[in-house]
Amino acid sequence: MSKYLVNLKVNNIPVTVEEGTTILDAARKLNFHIPTLCYHEDLTVAGNCRVCLVEVAGSRSLAASCATPVSEGMEVLTNSKNVRSARKNVVELLLSEHNADCTKCFKNGHCELQTLSSEYQIGQHLFIDLVKTKDKIVDISSPSIAKDDSKCIRCQRCVRTCSELQAVGALAVINKGDHQRISTFLNKPLSEVVCTNCGQCINRCPTGALTERSYIEEVWDAINDPSKHVVVETAPAVRVALGEDLGFEAGERVTGKMVAALRHLGFDSILDTDFTADLTILEEGTELLTRLKKALVDKDEKVSLPMFTSCSPGWIKFIEHMFPEYLPNLSTCKSPQQMFGALAKTYYAQKKNINPKNMVCVSIMPCTAKKFEAGRPELRDSGYQDVDYVLTTRELAMMIKQAGIDFMKLEDMEYDSIMGESTGAAVIFGASGGVMEAALRTAYEIISGRDVPFTNLNIVPVRGMEGVKEAKVMLKDVKPEWGFLEGVEVSIAIAHGLANAKKVVESIKNGTANYHFVEIMGCPGGCIGGGGQPIPTSPEIRQKRADAIYAEDEGLPLRKSHENPEVQYLYKEFLGEPLGHRSHDLLHTHYKPRKRY
Amino acid sequence: MSSTETLVKDLVSKYGKSRNSLMPVLQGIVQEERYLSEEAMIFIAKELDLSAADVYGTASFYTFLDTVPRGKNIIRVCKTISCHMTGKDLIIETLEDILKVKVGQTTHDKNFTLLTANCLGWCHKGPVMLINDEVYPELTPSRTTEIVEEYMKNATH
Repeated sequence: MSKYLVNLKVNNIPVTVEEGTTILDAARKLNFHIPTLCYHEDLTVAGNCRVCLVEVAGSRSLAASCATPVSEGMEVLTNSKNVRSARKNVVELLLSEHNADCTKCFKNGHCELQTLSSEYQIGQHLFIDLVKTKDKIVDISSPSIAKDDSKCIRCQRCVRTCSELQAVGALAVINKGDHQRISTFLNKPLSEVVCTNCGQCINRCPTGALTERSYIEEVWDAINDPSKHVVVETAPAVRVALGEDLGFEAGERVTGKMVAALRHLGFDSILDTDFTADLTILEEGTELLTRLKKALVDKDEKVSLPMFTSCSPGWIKFIEHMFPEYLPNLSTCKSPQQMFGALAKTYYAQKKNINPKNMVCVSIMPCTAKKFEAGRPELRDSGYQDVDYVLTTRELAMMIKQAGIDFMKLEDMEYDSIMGESTGAAVIFGASGGVMEAALRTAYEIISGRDVPFTNLNIVPVRGMEGVKEAKVMLKDVKPEWGFLEGVEVSIAIAHGLANAKKVVESIKNGTANYHFVEIMGCPGGCIGGGGQPIPTSPEIRQKRADAIYAEDEGLPLRKSHENPEVQYLYKEFLGEPLGHRSHDLLHTHYKPRKRY
Repeated sequence: MSSTETLVKDLVSKYGKSRNSLMPVLQGIVQEERYLSEEAMIFIAKELDLSAADVYGTASFYTFLDTVPRGKNIIRVCKTISCHMTGKDLIIETLEDILKVKVGQTTHDKNFTLLTANCLGWCHKGPVMLINDEVYPELTPSRTTEIVEEYMKNATH
C-alpha cells in the first residue's frame, strides 16, 4: 500500500516525505541534525528527554521532533532562538540531576550527554545540583554490568531495550516524580534478578549510568607480571568492530592489526577463539547427529529435540530463567570461549611446556555476558578457572589507546599456533545464522560426502537480519553409514535477540513449530551486535559488521570447520574423537534452572 | 496454594490475563491484604506474563498501592499547601502523640499506619485526613483525637 506524501518546510527548505514520518526523520533527510537522547533507532519512541524540541509555526509550544509526525504545510525551525534556549535549558536541567563527574567516568569521551553539553557550551550550572548521595552507590553485584544511578537521566532506553528487544524486563521505571529511578524488582541488586548480562542496555545508555565491569587493570597486572604466561583469545565478531573505536569506519576488517596490537600490548600467546569455534562445530555437529540417530533409529523418546545451540551466554542465562524445562534441549557443548580456556590450560600448556598454574587466560569478546560465564563455578575443568578475565571489544580499544599504539598504521600479523588456525566457518559464528551455516557445511559433508548444495558454500537462507529465520535441508544420497537420514528433511530455525528467542521457544512449546536444530544468539544481529561492541549501534552498523564477517569468510582458504588442520591435530594428539572421553571432560557442561522471579 | 496465590488467581479469572487487568488486580490485592507483598507481585507477574520489575514499577507509581506491610487502618494526612496553612503540622503531632509512631510507621499492634498524602482535593476544608476510605475535614487536635479513639475502640471490641 503506497502512503500519502506530505509536503513541509524545515528551516525554510521544502521537503516531501511519507505520511507518518517524524519531524526528526524529515529534518535528517535534509541533513539537519537535531540532538536526541531518549530516541534510539532500535526502540519505540518515548519522547521524554525533550532535547529534540523544535519550533512548529502556529503552535504555541515546542514539539518533540522524535515523537511528532509531519503534517501538510508544516513549517519547522530546528535552530531558532526559542529552540536553542529551550534546548540549552533542557540540557541544564538534565545536568542538575546528573553526576557530572566526567573526568572520573568510564564513559568520558563517549557520553552523549557530555557531547551535548559541550556543543551547547554549558559552563557554570544554572540550576542547583540535585544528585542524591545514595544514588552514588554503584551496583557492582553483577560481574558484567555496573549500574550507577547518579548518572542516569531516566531516558529509559535501557528499560525499552530490556523489554522490547530482549523480552527480559529486568529493568523498569520505579516510583514517580523526583523519586523516579530505573531499577529492578524491589530494587534488588542486578545479580539477583532475571538480568541475562547481555549488555544491550549498555550499548544504548547515553551516559555512564550503565557500563561494563572493567577488568583492564587486572589484565595489565597479569601482563606486567613476569611469572605469568598470558594467553589471549579473540572472538570472531571483535575483528569486524574493533576498528570503529580506533578510527576506522564501521565494517572495516582489522584482524591482522588486532593481532599486531595484542603483541605490542605484551600478551605472550595470541590465539583465536575461532579455533574453538571450529571445534564447537565438530562437537556440536556430532552431538546433533547422535541425538537424531537416537530419535530416528533407536526410537528413544527421551532424546530432546530440537537441539538448541549453546554459544551465547546471554541466551543460556535467559533459558535458565525463563524456560528451565528446555535445558535438556541445549547442546551440552561449552561456548567457544570456555572450550578455549579449558584447552589452553591443558592441551596448550602441555604442548608448550607451561605450568597452567602460571597461565592467565584473557578473552576479548563482543559480549558482557561472557564475563559472567567465565566465573561460572562449573567451568573450571582444567583444574583452574578456565578463563580468567574477559574484556569487551571496547576495553581492548581502550588498552590499545592507553599503550599509545597507532592502530591505523599497524602492519598485519598472524596468530600463534597451535590454537590460532581457523576457517571461514568459525568467523561467521559472529553473525546471526553463522553457527547454523558452519554446522550445515560440516554435517552435510559428513553425511553425504558432498558440499552443501549452495553456491560457493554460502547458505544464504540462514543469513540476514530477520528476527526469526527458518529453513529446511533435504538429505539425499547419503553415505551408507548415515542411511537412517536418507530422505529426512532437516528443519532448522535461527533467532537473534532474546525477544525472538522467546517467540521460537514458545512456538515449540505450543506445538506450532517443529524443528530439529535451532540456533539462538542473545543479541540483535548475533555477536556483531553484542553488548560489548563499540557504541553506537544501529541496524545499519550491524549490517556493515555482518557484511565484513561474510567477506572475511569468503577470503579464507579453508571454509569448513572439519578442514581446520590444527583441530585435526588436536583430535589426533589429545582429544581422540568428537564426544570422546576427554572431550566430555573438557568441552561439555551442564546448566542449572534459575528463578524467573 | 497460599491464600495470596488463590486471591491472585481469583482476581485474574475475574479481570482477565491482559495487561489492562494489572491495575484492578493490584487494587484487589491491596483491598484484601492492605499491601502488595513480594509473593503477591510474583504471582501477578506469573499470571499476567509480565516481568516482576514491571509489576513493581507500576505499583510503586501509585501512592495507594503499598509495597510494604501496613496496619489495619491507614491514616493519610494531607501535606499540601492549603492544609499546611490551616495547621496540618499540629494534626500530625497529635496523631504521633496518640499512636506513639512517627509518619511512615505502623503501630506495634498493627492497628494503624500513619502516612502523609499529596492533595486530597479538600483544600476548602483543611486540614484533612483520610482513614482508609473515609475523609475527615476541618480537623482540630481534639477532633482528631476523638476520631482516632473511636477507631481504637472498634479494634478492641
